[in-house]
Amino acid sequence: MTAALKVLAAGPLSTVQDGGRHGYQRYGVSVAGAFDPVYLAAANALVGNAADEGGIELTMTGDTYEVGADTVRIALAGDFAATIDGEAAAPWRSHTLARGQVLKVGAARAGLRGYVAVAGGFALVPQLGSVSTHLRNRLGGLDGARLKPGDRLPLRLPAAPPGGDRSLDPALLPPRSLALRVVPGPQDGHFSPDQIAAFLEAAWTIGRDSDRMGCRLEGPAIGHAKGFNIISDGIPLGAVQVPGSGQPIILLPDRQTAGGYPKIACVIKPDVAALAQARPGDVVRFQAVTAEAALAIHRAWRVAIAALPALTGPAGGDLGSERLLSLNLVGGMVDAINPPEDAR
Amino acid sequence: MTFPLTLLPAGDTALVAELGDAIDPALNDAVQALDAALVGANPAGLIETVPTYRSLLVHFDPCLTDADTLGALIRALAAGLDQAGTQAGRRWFLPVCFGGDLGEDLGFVAGRTGRSEAEVIGLHCAADYRVYMLGFSPGFAYLGGLPAELHLPRRDNPRLSTPAGSIMQGGAQACVSPMAMPSGWHILGQTPVMTFDLRRDQPFLLAPGDRVRFMAIDRDRFAALATLAAAGDLMPDSEALA
Repeated sequence: MTAALKVLAAGPLSTVQDGGRHGYQRYGVSVAGAFDPVYLAAANALVGNAADEGGIELTMTGDTYEVGADTVRIALAGDFAATIDGEAAAPWRSHTLARGQVLKVGAARAGLRGYVAVAGGFALVPQLGSVSTHLRNRLGGLDGARLKPGDRLPLRLPAAPPGGDRSLDPALLPPRSLALRVVPGPQDGHFSPDQIAAFLEAAWTIGRDSDRMGCRLEGPAIGHAKGFNIISDGIPLGAVQVPGSGQPIILLPDRQTAGGYPKIACVIKPDVAALAQARPGDVVRFQAVTAEAALAIHRAWRVAIAALPALTGPAGGDLGSERLLSLNLVGGMVDAINPPEDAR
Repeated sequence: MTFPLTLLPAGDTALVAELGDAIDPALNDAVQALDAALVGANPAGLIETVPTYRSLLVHFDPCLTDADTLGALIRALAAGLDQAGTQAGRRWFLPVCFGGDLGEDLGFVAGRTGRSEAEVIGLHCAADYRVYMLGFSPGFAYLGGLPAELHLPRRDNPRLSTPAGSIMQGGAQACVSPMAMPSGWHILGQTPVMTFDLRRDQPFLLAPGDRVRFMAIDRDRFAALATLAAAGDLMPDSEALA
């Protein structure tokens, strides 16, 4: 039987995600892809993969896997409780496991999303150029579905490659916060200066019905100077649309390709990644930046992602829980209400 | 180009090239022409473009280019476009079985518009529909050109599921749905043609700027064509646009 990772138990929303499905939005195909590309890149760096190789995105609670290969090197990025054959296993490192061993990833201790990567990657056939799962469009992953018990994720490598396990100190990840930086537009002209100011000054609570398509925010109703319908146009990642209710929605990887509500601003991609770790009830704010500033921030963020492999080191035993607690584990997530001066 | 170009910021990875604020065939032609010119220029860092009714969303890699560089190129391309530019798309002739179990709302639409079912079918088959854009789901084509006599509000109660291939109308628009989906539009019929089929080299039959004509077929012909489609052997007739 071909090498595989067998899913014994699945979390509530575990899906295969890579860098996303690009080039087909003109045909109505959503991009999908890892909500937190930094954590995916970290998991991949730990097993020697390219940053956007397809991995498993966990949400709130992870999966249980049994190794169906001679050996496999597997890494977990994200502050999730985990065990290997019942013994505590640290996240933020790789583990080389033998056939029959069982990795159980439990609940998120902080943050919301974690990523599991295997050395060499999963041997899944890309659909429209990507293995990213989009549930509504039934594309990617295994039959376009979330992982379920009994699934077998085929592995490209029959055994773990040479070399030992690696670890990564999550404190070294690019800093992030829930003071989300936005570039105003494209339809900021549909709002008055007072309405834009209200949008930027408010504290917004993440609603319960948020998902990978949209993060629904609760706060003061934002009015529209020119009505809340526009002729449908394309939707970039992070677009903040304001429907008639005045409650903004941040549009995320699984968003539809086009829509008809005015977009007051767009959250920059590095801060969409930060949002991936926020839970319903958490509070976010918006901070306007210029397009020039956004460009510089984005480029620095990409440099930081590219540097992740160099930041890994040989895994010397498990990270103790005290040490984990001493690290700011959501990658430097800071209080959005009172962001420190040096949060940037 | 007669439509004024406005460049709008769209975060750190995209920008919008907007040519107007209307649903208009000539404006949509201009969007298609600008899209073709930009895709043809293939500038460094361009990831993809999304043409819609009246604007183009341009996705780019900020490590390889920036909005100013792409914006300058888009301005130059727009200035050089011939407003009577040639159209690159195709006109597709889609067989449709109207009414009956495949078009449950045909009678309703006929009643509300004061016409016979045959007249409604005739109006749909006489229209030369324009694919203004695709969106909502993979391959879902928004068709403009629904005869004014047929414009109707959407259903009071949206259906939780409509079959793949449904020909529907809602408001001033029509559509061909590529997959089963919830919808509040009126179902008039069904085409056996799969407008989204991953087995094909080009999975998407319809592209922005294409035209669509409906050809009425009966239930037996529908069944025969559906068998071909299931085997991946049904490609409808088409012609290049002038």
